[in-house]
Amino acid sequence: MSIKTLTGMAAVAGVLTVVGVSAPAHAATLDDIKSAGELKCGINTGLPGFAFTDDKGNWTGFDVAYCRALAAAVLGDPDKVKWVNLTGKNRFPALASGEIDVLSRNTTWTFSRDVDLGFTFVGVNYYDGQGFIGRKALGVSSAKELDGASVCIQTGTTTELNLADFFRINNISYEPVPIETNEEARKAYEAERCDVYTTDASGLAATRSTFPDADAHMVFPEIVSKEPLGPLVRQGDDQWADVARWVLNALINAEELGITQANVDELAKGTENPEINRILGSEGSLAEMLGLEKDWAVNAIKAEGNYAEIFERYLGKNTPLGIERGLNALWKDGGILYAPPMR
Amino acid sequence: MDQPQPFHRNPADMLPERAPPITATGPIGWLRANLFSNWVNTLLTLVALYILWLAIPSFIDWAFLSADITGEDRFACTSDGACWAWLDQRIGQFLYGFYPSDQTWRINVAVVLLIPALAPWLIDNVPGQRWLRWFSVVYPILATWLLVGGWFGILEEVTTDNLGGFALNLTVGLAGIVLSLPVGIILALGRQSRLPLIRWFSIGFIEAVRGVPLITLLFVSNIILPIFLPPDVALDSVIRVIVMVTAFASAYMAEVIRGGLQAIPKGQYEAASAMGLGYWQSMRLIILPQALKISIPGIVNTFIGLFKDTTLVIVIGLFDILGIANAMVSNPDWLGLSSETYVFVALFFFVVCFSMSRYSMRLERKLDTDRR
Repeated sequence: MSIKTLTGMAAVAGVLTVVGVSAPAHAATLDDIKSAGELKCGINTGLPGFAFTDDKGNWTGFDVAYCRALAAAVLGDPDKVKWVNLTGKNRFPALASGEIDVLSRNTTWTFSRDVDLGFTFVGVNYYDGQGFIGRKALGVSSAKELDGASVCIQTGTTTELNLADFFRINNISYEPVPIETNEEARKAYEAERCDVYTTDASGLAATRSTFPDADAHMVFPEIVSKEPLGPLVRQGDDQWADVARWVLNALINAEELGITQANVDELAKGTENPEINRILGSEGSLAEMLGLEKDWAVNAIKAEGNYAEIFERYLGKNTPLGIERGLNALWKDGGILYAPPMR
Repeated sequence: MDQPQPFHRNPADMLPERAPPITATGPIGWLRANLFSNWVNTLLTLVALYILWLAIPSFIDWAFLSADITGEDRFACTSDGACWAWLDQRIGQFLYGFYPSDQTWRINVAVVLLIPALAPWLIDNVPGQRWLRWFSVVYPILATWLLVGGWFGILEEVTTDNLGGFALNLTVGLAGIVLSLPVGIILALGRQSRLPLIRWFSIGFIEAVRGVPLITLLFVSNIILPIFLPPDVALDSVIRVIVMVTAFASAYMAEVIRGGLQAIPKGQYEAASAMGLGYWQSMRLIILPQALKISIPGIVNTFIGLFKDTTLVIVIGLFDILGIANAMVSNPDWLGLSSETYVFVALFFFVVCFSMSRYSMRLERKLDTDRR
C-alpha cells in the first residue's frame, strides 16, 4: 500500500546507512525455520480484511492466510507461525534485520523497494489502486467530473501525490482537506466535511461498509494508481524466495485447477490431470526441488483453501467488505491473476 | 444629677448573633464566590453551562439510552446510539491481550496480590506493615513468575508476546514507575556530585535521553539493537520496553528531583555536615526527605506521563489496550466502532491517572508540615 512509503523507505535507508551494513543475507532461512519449528511472519497491526483479530484473539485475514499457508507448506502446520505486527515505518527494518522471515503486510511492489532496499517480492496477491468514494447525491458518475470538489486525503502519503497528478492530468481543480489518519479521514467524510474521500480501493470498500447508509455512497470507477500488493523476503536467499513464491503460485494455480480445501485430500491420491498430480505430489519431484516435504502444497491448500477461497472468506462479496474480484480474478475470468505453470 | 454614666451597653439591646447572609455561605455563597464573582466569570460560567447542556444529554443518549448492548457483530447494532455489543466478546482481549483464556486467572491473582504489596508503602498503619514490606520486595519476582510461568514447571509457560491489553499497560507502567524513581534519585544526586566522572555520566545520560522522543528509543531498541546483536540473541520485547520506558522516565524524574534538591536551603546541607553526618546519611535523613516532599507533584506528573506513554508500545508490535482496540475495529464484523472503543480505553486511563493524581494531593496535604 502506498501509505507511508516515503517515510518507511527513509527509515530503512537511514538505519542501513547509520549502521553501515547492507541487509544481512541469512543464507539458509528455510533451514532456520525448520529447526526453529516456527515461521516468523510480519503482518499489519490491523487492516480491515487483511489482518485483524477474531473474537478469540487469533490473527486472521487475507495477508495472514498467506503466512498460514506458507507455514503449512514448510512445517506441515498452519498454526506454527509467530506473528510480528508491524507498522508502516518498521516493517522494512524488521525484515532487513531478520526479525521476520517473510513480510505479508499489504506492501506495494515498487522499483526502489525491490532494488534499493534489498528485498525480493515473491509475487502479487492483491492488485490494489487508489480510488474515490463520494455521495450519490453529488450527481457525479466519474471522478473526472469532480471539478471543484473538496477531497479528504491522508497527508504525507503517496495517495496525496497520486491525487495531485490525477487532477492535473485531467485539468480539473480540487480542494484538498488534509487529515492525519485514515480513521479521521473517514469520520470527516461521514460528517460531510468533504465531497469525496480517496484511498486504496480495498480501503474504500471497508470504509463504505461502515456507513449506516452505504447505498447512498458510490465508489467511482477510476483507479488512479497501481498498487500491486504482495509478500516479500530478504534478497540473497533464493531458495527461501522460491519457497515463498511457489506457495503463492500454488494457491493461485489451485484455484485455476479447481483444487479446494474440501477436495484436496481426495485429489492428492492421484487424478487424470498431470498438473494437479505434480502440484499435490503424486507425480514428479517438485517438492524435492524446493526442499520441502512431498505434501507441501496439500498442506498449504488445506490451511485456508485456494486463492479464491481465501479471497472470498476475507474480502469477497459475502463479507462486510464486499470487494469484487475485478483485477484479482484469474486471467481466464477477465482478471490479471496469472501464475506460471508448475512443471 | 447629671453625673455622667459610664458607657455601657445593655446586652439585651445588642443584636443577636445571626447566621451569615445566605448569599455569602452555603451553595449560593459558593456559586457567587466561584462562578459569578464578576461579569467575566459570569459570562464564562454561562458559556460553559450552555456547552455542557449541549454535550451531556446527547452523550448520555448516545452512550446509554439509545445504545445497543448485545449482538454478535456490528450489524446487530441497529439504533443510532453507541454499539457496545463488542464488550461481551472482546472484554477479555481488552484486559488480558492474547493471554491464553484458561490462564487469565494468573493475571487476576497478580493484580490482587498487588494490593498487599503496595499497601504498606501507600497507606499508614497497615497491620503487619513490616511483613508486607518484605512481601512487596518479593512481589516483582512472584508477579513475573505468575505472568510468564515456566521456572518450576508448576505453571504453564506463556511467552510475553501474549501479554497485552490493559495487563500490558499495567505491567509496563508499574515496572517503569517502581524503577524510575530510584534511578531518577541516583541520577539527580549524580548530577550534583563533586566527582566529575559521575557528574558527567549523569548529565550525559539525562540530556541524551531527554533529547529524544520515547518513540525513537523504542525504535532503537527494536530495530537497531537486533542488527548489532547476533541473530540467536533475542531480547524479550516486553523487557526491552520496560528498560526503555524506565530510562526515559528516569531522566525526567532526575530533573524533577534536582528541582527539589535545589529548593532546599544551603543551611540544611551545612547543618547536616555540622552534625557530623556523612554524605549518604545527610541525604537519607535530611535532604532527600525534604526534597522528595516538595517534588511530589512533579514526580506524580512524570508517573502519569509514563503511564500514558505505555500506549506507544504498538510501534514495536505489542498490543496494549489501545492497540487491541485498533486491531478490533479492523475486523470487518466490528469496523467503524472507533468512537466506542476509544471512549472505553479513555475511561481506563482516566481512572488510573485520576487516582494517582488524587493520591498525590492527599500525600502532599499529609506531609505538609512546615507551611501550615
